[in-house]
Formats: sequence, structure tokens, C-alpha cells
Amino acid sequence: MTVVSPTRLDEALAAVAVDPSLAVIAGGTDLMVALNAGRERPAGLLSLRRVDELRGWRRDGDDLVIGAGVTYAELLDPALAELAPGLAQAARTVGSPQIRNTGTLGGNLATASPAGDTLPMLAALDARIEVAAVSDRRVVPIDSFLTGPKRTALRPGELVVSVRIPVADGPQEYLKIGVRNAMVIAVASCALVVCWSRRRVACACGSVGPTPVRNRQAEGWLIGEVDWDARRLRSRAAAERFGRSLARTSRPIDDHRAPAAYRREAVRVLVTRALNRAFP
Amino acid sequence: MTFLADRQAAGVAPVEGGVGDSPNRPDGPAKTQGRFAFASDLNIEGMLWGTTLRSPHPHARITGVDVGPALAIDGVACAVTGAELAARPTYGLISADQPVLAVDVVRYVGEPVVLVAADHPDTARRAAEAILVEYELLALLVDPADARDPTTPAIHPDGNVVRRIEILHGDPDATGDVVVEGTYEVGTQDQAFLGPEAGLAIPDGEGGVDLWVATQWLHSDRDQVAECLGLPPQAVRLHLGGVGGAFGAREDLSLHVHACLLALRTGRPVKMSYPRDESFVGHVHRHPARMRYRHHATAEGDLVKVEADILLDGGAYASSSAAVVSNAARFAAGPYRVPHAVIEAVVVRTNNPPCGAMRGFGAVQVCFAHEAQMDRLAARLGLDPVELRLRNALTSGDVLPTGQRISGTAPVRECIEAAIAHPLPALPPPESRMPPGEADWLEWPGGVGRTADPADVRRGVGLAVGYKNLLFSEGFEESSEATVLLADGVATVTCAAAEVGQGFVTLVGQIARTVLGCEQTVLLPADTTAGSAGSTSASRQTWMSGGAVLEACHEIADQVRKGWAGAGEVGVDVSVAVAAGSSAFEATAVYRPPAATRRLDAKGQGDADVSFVFAAHRAVVDVDVELGLVRVVQVTTGQDVGRVLHPTQVLGQIEGGIAQGVGLAVMEELVVQDGVIRNPSFTDYLIPTVADSPDVLATCIEQPEPGAPLGAKGVGEPPTISSTAAVAAAIRNATGVEVTRVPVRPWDLV
Amino acid sequence: MSGHAFELVVNGERRVVPGDALPTESLLYVLRERLGLPGSKNACEQGECGSCSVLVDGVLVCSCLELAAATQGRDIVTVEASQRFADVQAAMVEAGGVQCGFCTPGFVVAIQSLLDRDPAPTPLAVREALAGNLCRCTGYGRIVAAIEAVVGRSPRSEEAMS
Repeated sequence: MTVVSPTRLDEALAAVAVDPSLAVIAGGTDLMVALNAGRERPAGLLSLRRVDELRGWRRDGDDLVIGAGVTYAELLDPALAELAPGLAQAARTVGSPQIRNTGTLGGNLATASPAGDTLPMLAALDARIEVAAVSDRRVVPIDSFLTGPKRTALRPGELVVSVRIPVADGPQEYLKIGVRNAMVIAVASCALVVCWSRRRVACACGSVGPTPVRNRQAEGWLIGEVDWDARRLRSRAAAERFGRSLARTSRPIDDHRAPAAYRREAVRVLVTRALNRAFP
Repeated sequence: MTFLADRQAAGVAPVEGGVGDSPNRPDGPAKTQGRFAFASDLNIEGMLWGTTLRSPHPHARITGVDVGPALAIDGVACAVTGAELAARPTYGLISADQPVLAVDVVRYVGEPVVLVAADHPDTARRAAEAILVEYELLALLVDPADARDPTTPAIHPDGNVVRRIEILHGDPDATGDVVVEGTYEVGTQDQAFLGPEAGLAIPDGEGGVDLWVATQWLHSDRDQVAECLGLPPQAVRLHLGGVGGAFGAREDLSLHVHACLLALRTGRPVKMSYPRDESFVGHVHRHPARMRYRHHATAEGDLVKVEADILLDGGAYASSSAAVVSNAARFAAGPYRVPHAVIEAVVVRTNNPPCGAMRGFGAVQVCFAHEAQMDRLAARLGLDPVELRLRNALTSGDVLPTGQRISGTAPVRECIEAAIAHPLPALPPPESRMPPGEADWLEWPGGVGRTADPADVRRGVGLAVGYKNLLFSEGFEESSEATVLLADGVATVTCAAAEVGQGFVTLVGQIARTVLGCEQTVLLPADTTAGSAGSTSASRQTWMSGGAVLEACHEIADQVRKGWAGAGEVGVDVSVAVAAGSSAFEATAVYRPPAATRRLDAKGQGDADVSFVFAAHRAVVDVDVELGLVRVVQVTTGQDVGRVLHPTQVLGQIEGGIAQGVGLAVMEELVVQDGVIRNPSFTDYLIPTVADSPDVLATCIEQPEPGAPLGAKGVGEPPTISSTAAVAAAIRNATGVEVTRVPVRPWDLV
Repeated sequence: MSGHAFELVVNGERRVVPGDALPTESLLYVLRERLGLPGSKNACEQGECGSCSVLVDGVLVCSCLELAAATQGRDIVTVEASQRFADVQAAMVEAGGVQCGFCTPGFVVAIQSLLDRDPAPTPLAVREALAGNLCRCTGYGRIVAAIEAVVGRSPRSEEAMS
């Protein structure tokens, strides 16, 4: 079994081009669990730890470009958190300090768990995922990137390079339910993003469908229920109605963590509360 | 009712580092520096790694085993199947009903089938995965109610009912003015100790074996291992490997015989250490329980009769179920005067994972039920729940439903009053607080998930009281041995009591310091060359093994005094004599309890216990009533401790036990479906983190127990017994929801 | 990288990991089974308990989730580092924060990591920083008391028990 540990992105891309079956490891917080248990025995490993081009973030006009290798802890850095507060809130709920120091944004995307904590927020931000292969780069909207539970649009030989989101321009809220106060997988979550300048509201819910759940029709309706000059909802009932819409749109399952009925009802409550916070 | 501060104020200071003081535990520095050798840390040149292939089916016949593919893997030393063990060895704490390796049939998911030894743990695991076992599936018995039915086919030659206990006390036809009924359930809790099962077996080249293992009782293990290996006891020597917590899960054998078999077969040392998912199936769990109760009382609130039907699911093998069900029956009515009682408690065998000892041992389950009943009764009578309990509280001299009279202390009233005397939390109730700032979320239900809306959070308060036995019951053999050697002012103590974290190692030094004035005490490593100290369970070691050490020290003190008296000195201060002396003294004491115990008769009557211990808990919770999320804010307790021997260690037991009780109340449950554990990992079997832990305020009620060597009662189990029930009561108070099952999940509340 | 020995810097020393090490071995496994440093513990090997916590380039991580080979060239500090954690270690013993001790090394490293970043953390910050370290014995009370002692606040045991 080989382990490749390049320092440059083009070397990493070349490695997966030659051998698309290489298991890719960045932070390792998902893959190492499987390796430790002997559940996966890859023929080869590609470690992205030393690829600096995947680290760091930059502002590009009204956008933020965040490297796939940025950790949850780095998302909590005040300078970045100020520009992406919703992502910071989501990052804070992930695992433990140890996990947050190691796990990466790109890893959360590539693993594409229905309970991945950054994914609903990225969905509500209409994130664009920059993906690269040795001879090609493309940008994939998040809705197209996440294709199913633990499935993505990544083609063989492709790696996630960065994530592009708008700089915050209004309230952002991430709410997550777990049975315990830390180190807990989301039973249901809600990500809300309001953009004052573009007069938009987006809401995506996690752990209640194979991928984050949005209802663009309901969002369109809600936008009309906002007094954008006063930055207020025209009525409290609008928040509740929107919450019920998302609950109806959700497709939760029963599993050993929670029943579907609870998850659906939880979505209603979370969405309503998030809206009431964004529009007090 | 204070301890150190009061005594100091009264000028009665304990000997520094002696009984009553809080000296540092002697193994503390090594543990903090990573130098303390747990069983899983043991290593020896040339050792092999052992692993276990386990049944994936809850009930099946084994129709074929082919280890060929495993043996073909490079680095594999051997594989052992059940069929190769001609004697078909079985083991068990009470009855030896569990095969070392399954031969004809498997009865639970995880039952050991084949053992493999290899040069690397990953090789061993790959080899185990390569072994071909053919199974023919058999009908499942997973509902304990079916197991109780005599027409259900037996899944084991010993039958499906492990033990049935009936307690008939007073007049079975008595009734009260008021009757409340209820049905309650407790889910399967796991001990979830941090240190996984581990051991190192080293063959001695002469047919015998040394086993270093993390366990609660070296001698019981040794006897069972020797029996299973067909060896005389002296050919099997057990040594205590560092124990990473126990809580009852190490009372039964796990890898003990397996490691020895591999070591004897290969002629090489073999280490086994379970990964976490294997640990979950590798030990017994707390019995899940279904309980139906009926409480009768007078209109004034005096209890007249308690009727209870208790069904425990013991899983596939008997373990200590017969003792657990007896506890459940004996303590089913709670710490109250009950003139009449009709109690039936049954533990049955199913194809679910085996259950056995866990801290609290049957009393935890019934406490949840009887305290829920007491609150229902209080509501029905229009009485304050505290008043109802005080009115009926047991005291010393009262007669229990088993007919046994409490001869020791029973400060139930004092425990209750102490628990409720603590001020309510400094954290204000939700309605008087501002919406959370980003830094404050951990003070709200939902934590950093940021879910809470203060307008939807309600605070609740609940009280519960419980009790159980100390020491072994119903005539189970009970003794402990210790040897003390005093030379050059150093006391060297030999005692096989298993230190599992509770701090027995500290107590030994405290006793030597108090009785003999020794500055330095050495506690030799525990192994089976010493006499048995019994199990570290039943909250018994302070009493039994502390008692043995105390007796041995007193014996030496007598020898010292006689030595000096012979030289013309009378009334000598032993510590001075010890410091000055150059002679060596040695004493061995076998401590036995002050009273014998008897097995319950057909009506559940008999003096089954030596002593009883009581505790009350008050819990404060904040509940987000829209989402069902609970934050346990504070738990206070009044605990009957007899005498505080080490204030800090007592507080550690109280805080740790309450955390386990909180866990059972709001988050801990092994989810078992069709015999399969769905959550065998720390990802999904959730135990409290520091962010989930309440503030704990404790009052120790010190009424020295007559007959206890130091006046002290064991402190390990009481914190787990009524803390769960108190949290459940607080949740009821906050939400108005009945809460008839623990753990309470969010969807139970919305 | 497979089949070749490699070097790790652990507690300031260069240590060689033999060539027969499997490339998929975690840093935790290598520390415990190949480098004779069993201080970091293997309670879960899933990143769910913190008992394996170490510092890598000064950052707190679970060593069970670190591919050993990927930690080459980085500065690894374990609980065995002499004197690195002395104040925290002494406080843990003094306050009664050690019972079975299996979680203790992980806590020592995590606590030190917290105090390195924030010498005077608020009580809530302490809870959040240690939420990745499970303890089954203590209920955390005496561990928090140990931290408060190191930080200089009064230990709460006198207040906690009467």
C-alpha cells in the first residue's frame, strides 16, 4: 500500500489522475475511523496535509474564497468568522476542539454526510465549489455538488480545491439539535441566510433529507413578506408559515438517532426561531 | 453534618494524611504523566495479538467452521474453535452457563466463536474476517414477556427463567383509601468505562499461565479460568493490570480464558485488547426493566401496601442476574415503611445481549419506578412530595418487606432534608435571563447548537430517594484478606482488592498512617498469591478490605505495644514506637462481616443483607418545551456515608455517580433491535461530557454505622440510585409530561 | 513511503518508526506500540473521547485520527513530555481529578492546550474547550476544580461538599 504526500496541488492532481482509486485524506477525521477499524483497506492513500494551496482564505470582492483544507477551527477565527458568521456557528458545533483543529471544509463536502454541519449553511449561501482535475477546473454549485447521501458530483481524478461564498451582508443563523451538548451528530439542523443588499432569504435544513433541504418557492414567498426597508417581517405568522413549509418539504427518516416525526417537527421550530432572530 | 471543617473547628483534626484527611492518591502522579500501566498498555517482547470472531446472529446453530483461510495468512499463529475444547468449558458468576467458545449454538450477537492469534492486531482482525462460519438461523426470543411465558421454547438447557422472586409481606389483601398505578420502563444502560477490556497472558512453559488483566475480582476470575482450562488453581496466576474503570462490567470474564488459551496453544505471550465497538458487545449491560406498580395509601398519606411486578431482561446468559433480580425485589418499595407488600420480580433469558452487574445493581431500575409512584401518590393526595416522603421515611429499627429489621443507621429523613436545604441554582431561571449571547449558549438547553428560545424554556425541580444493600447478600460468601508488614517505619500492605479508580489505594495508606503513624505505605501489586479480597462491587471494599487492613494494622499495633511493654514501657504511642523501632512486624487479617446473611425464602423473607445505605437527590432542569431538549442545571444530594474517610474521594464518587445517573436520565441507552446493538460506539452511545454536567452540591450525613470497621458506609453506588429518578421528576415538573421511561428523549417530551 | 522507516519528532527527540509499520497506522498506534510511549490512550480510536490527545505543532488533536506517516516533519508532544504539563498534572492530583486515570493523559494535554491559548478562561470556555474529553469516573467536578486551581481561582471543593 502506498501513501503519497505531495506539497503541491498539481502533484496531488497528477497522483489521482494516475490512480483514481487512491483514498484521499485531508484532516482524516472520517477516513481514519474506518482505517482504524479495518473497515477500509485502500490500496493507496493520498494525503493532502502538506498542500498549502488548499489552505487559507481570501476576499475576492463580495466573495470569500475558502480553501478546501481550511479547518473548522480556522473557520472560527474572528477575522473569517466576521465575514462568514453562519459558517462559524456551524463549525462551532462540529465534534470537539480536537476534531475542529483537524477536520476540513473540503472534507465535510467530499464526505457529503446528510448530517454534515457545514453543508446546510453552504447550501443557504449558494456556495460554489471549485473542483480541479489535472487538466480541468470547474465550478459546481452546491446543489449540484451534493447528489445524495455520501455522494457527490466529483468525478474520478477530481479534488475539491476551494469554496466560494458571498461575504455576509445580513443575519446568518445556524441551529443544530443533538441529544448532547457536544460531540453529537445533528438530528436536525437549520441554516438561514439573509442578504440585505440583494433582498434575499435562503434557508436550508440538514439531517432531514439525503442532502440539505431547501424550498425555493417558499423562499420566494417569504421575500415578499419582508419589509426590506424596515428590515422586518410583516407578520410573525409569516415566520411560522415558513417554518411549516420547510417541515413539509423535509424528508426525514427514522433511525437509531431519532424518529422522522420528531425531525420534521424540529425543523418547523428551528426555522421559525431562526427567522424570529434574523427579524426580531 | 460536616466533616473536615467541623472536626478542625472542634480541634479534632485527623492525622495528616490519615483517615478523614484528603491525601493525594499514590498512583496520581503516574496517571497524570502517562506512566501508569493499564492492562492495555502492557507489552512484552515476542507477544502475539489475539482477537475474537463473534457471532453476527442473535440465535443460530453453527453448522460449519473453516479456519483454513485464516491460517493461510502470513503472520497468523493459530486459531482456536469451540469444538477443539474437548471439555466444552463454561463459566459464569453464579451458574456456569456460558460457553467459553460457542460450539453448537450462538445465543446473542457478539457471542465468541473462534479465537485467532497473530503478529499484528490488524493481521489478527483480517484473519478473523477470513474465517468461514456457517449458521442456520433459529427463531428469536427478544421480548422478555415471551421469555416469561412457560410455553415459549427454552433457548438454553437451564430454561428461560433465570430466577423468580416473590416477596409477600403483611396482608396481601390489604388496601388503602387511595390507589395509584403506573407502568415504567428503564432502557439498557452500559457501563462504558474508558479503558477497554485488555489482558496479557504469558505461558510459564510448564503448562501453567500468568494473566495480567483488568478486572474487579482476581480470585473469582482465577477460579473460573482454571476450571475452564482444566488446570489446578495454582497453575493459573492472575495479576491486576491497571483498570480503566469498571462499574460492574468487569465482574464477569471477558477475554480471560481466551487469552490464556491462545497463549498456551502458541507457547507465546498473547495480548488482547478490545476496540470500542467490541467492548460494547464484550461485557454485560444493565438490565432493562419493565415495572408495573400499585401503591396503596391512607388519605393522610401513610403507605399501606406496595404491589410490584418487575420484569428484567437478562439476555442470553445468566451472569449475576439472579442477584440483580433479588436486589430489584428487595428494594422495590423504596426507603419507606410499607406494612404490606406483594412483589414479584423475574429475570429472564432472551437472545438479547447478556446483562449483569452495573453500579446500583437492580436498585436503580426500581427506584425510578417507586419514586414516580410516590410523586403520583402525592399528587393524588394533594400532598407535597417532600412531605409524603418524610412521613413514610424508614428509620433505624424499621422492618423491611423482607422481614429484616434495619439494625444499622437509616438517616433517610436527614438525607432528604439535606438535599433540599441546598440553595437553588445561582443560574437564574430562564424567564429572568436575556437571550443568549454567543458566549452563553452552554447555559441553555441545546448548548452551542444555538437552538434555545428563552420564551420556550421552563425550569423544573424534582426529588427522589433510594437505597440498597452494602456488601454481598443472601449468604454469598463474604470476606477479605490483607497482610501488613511493618519494618523501618514503612508499612507494606498486600491486599488483592482491585483498584478500579475508586481510591482504595489511598485508603490503605490513610489507615496505616492513622493506626501506625507510618509516613510511608507501600501497597504491593494485587495478584492471586494473596488471599481473596472479594469483588470491587456492592460498595464493599472500604468496609471489607479496609476492614482487613485495619484489623491487620491493629494487630501490629498490639504487637508493637507488647514489644515495648515487654521492655518496661507502657501506654506507648504506637506511632512513636514505630518510628523508633527497628523490628519487623507482620499480621494477616481475614475480615468477615459482623452478621451472616441468608437466602430469601419462598415468600421473600429473610435477613438477606448486612447493611443498607441511603441517598436523596434533588435535580433542577431547564427544558426547551418545544424541542424537548433538557439541560440538567444542578443536582444536590444528601448521602448516608456513615463516616467520611477521604472528603475529596467521597465527593469524586458522588459527582461521578451522579453523572452516570444523569446519563441514564437523558441520553444513555443501548438501542437493541432484534438482538442487535444499533449504537455500539461513543458516536451514538452518548455519555455526558463536561458540557452536559450539572453543578453538584453534596451533603454527607455522618451517622457511623455500627459494625462497619471505620464506621463508614460504601459510597460508590448511592449516587446512581436516585439521581436518575430525580432528573425524571424535574422534567415532569417542568413539562407536565408523565415521563414513564428513562432515558427521556426529546421526542418523548414534545 | 510504504516499507521504509521514517522519522518522527516526539517530545523533542527524533524517533525512528521501523519500515515494517503499516502505512495506515495511526499516530496513536505508532506512539503506543512502536515508540514505547503508551501514555496516550486508546479508549475509542474514533475521535470521540479525547483520551489519545496530543499536540502536533502546538495544536490539540486526536492522535488516533492522525496518520502517523503524515506527521513527519511536525513537532509532536505527548503527555510523556517531561515538565511540559507539570502544573496541570500536579493540580489534577491535588484536586482529586484522577480516579481510574484512563482519561487523564488526554485531559492533561487538552487542559494545557487551553491554558496556553487562554490563561484565564471563563467557566463556560473551560467546558467548551474540554467537551471533547470524556470521563466516566469523576463527573468532571474535580477536573474543573483542578483547572480553577491552576488558573488561580479558589478550588470549589469546600463549597461543593458539606
